[in-house]
Amino acid sequence: MAAGRYRSDPPSDRRSVELEGLTIVYHRRSGLTHILAPPAPQILEALADAPASAAEIAARIGERFEINSDDPEAAIATRLAELEAAGLVHRG
Amino acid sequence: MRHALRLRVGPASFRIGSEWRRPLEALRQLYAGYPEPDGACEFTVRLEAQRIWRRWLRPAVMIAGDFVLPDAAPLPLAQGLLAAEMGMNLQMALGQRRFLLLHAASLERDGRAILMTGESGAGKSTLAALLGERGWRFMGDEFALLDLDEALLHPFPRAVSLKNRAIELFADVDAARLGPVLTGTPKGTIRHLRPQSEAVARMDEPAPPALILFPRFGADLEPATRLVGPAEAFMRLTQASTNYVALGERGFEALTRLVATVPARAIDYRNLEEAEILIARLWGGA
Repeated sequence: MAAGRYRSDPPSDRRSVELEGLTIVYHRRSGLTHILAPPAPQILEALADAPASAAEIAARIGERFEINSDDPEAAIATRLAELEAAGLVHRG
Repeated sequence: MRHALRLRVGPASFRIGSEWRRPLEALRQLYAGYPEPDGACEFTVRLEAQRIWRRWLRPAVMIAGDFVLPDAAPLPLAQGLLAAEMGMNLQMALGQRRFLLLHAASLERDGRAILMTGESGAGKSTLAALLGERGWRFMGDEFALLDLDEALLHPFPRAVSLKNRAIELFADVDAARLGPVLTGTPKGTIRHLRPQSEAVARMDEPAPPALILFPRFGADLEPATRLVGPAEAFMRLTQASTNYVALGERGFEALTRLVATVPARAIDYRNLEEAEILIARLWGGA
């Protein structure tokens, strides 16, 4: 499982539009557009203020949403890996 | 260049230069009634000999211009018309920065526009040409120009290249609107069709899009329509755009606004009559 703490670029680096339950994100730094399904946009939101680990992100999201998973932390970690590959979150 | 033609198609102005007279004569005839650009031309297309001696031995037309693609193969001189069209397309696709360019057909009726995009072979070009003969104002079969600031589509009504079996569908139109039959091109037999004079006369009149359509043609398909959600429409349209990435955030804003406000449908059809019926039905509800 991915360890360590994650951070995202500041929210001002992104322009997001919600379309039919999906979030279309324009990443200003890279010029790339991403189409995100929940909980990826919520993860970015949870990282807006401060870096966090997968467990902390799961807890932050859990305050506002019900996470349908036996192991929320693992589910979040998987999404984090995808977001990292997309260049939207960074580790360390 | 020994011969030159200046031409405006919607907001894009072209200067087509050629070492030979014949392709330009054919172009001039095909584009009769199109305006000349007011000032300097945005795009330049040059038809020239690949090497100077080839002009005497076996003339071939090179597509040169502001942009050159390495796989734009030299074509026989008789197909200079096609070369000029490809050159115009390339330059629009690669050089246009004022609009979000969508590989799509567009047509207007009652002040509102329909936008049709599909993979090559989906039949959008033939369908657009046909609707352009049946009460719709033809705005373009190849590129739809989405305004970056307002919800408007701008016309780009260049001549339609009818391919293979589509050619016979237009046998009844005024012969002056048809170009020469070009055989043996990489896409088979091609014949150009000049849009109706109203489409040319109103090339500066944009229209707000009211329906996005993803047509799919197939002899074995059951005729069907289905809703396409805005996120899927967005994804498909980014794939259909030649300059979405180059435009950056402006393209993002224009495209998200389009899909958030205009309904999208996919249609499957087996023949043009079926397509026309499906479109008429959808248009009534759009």
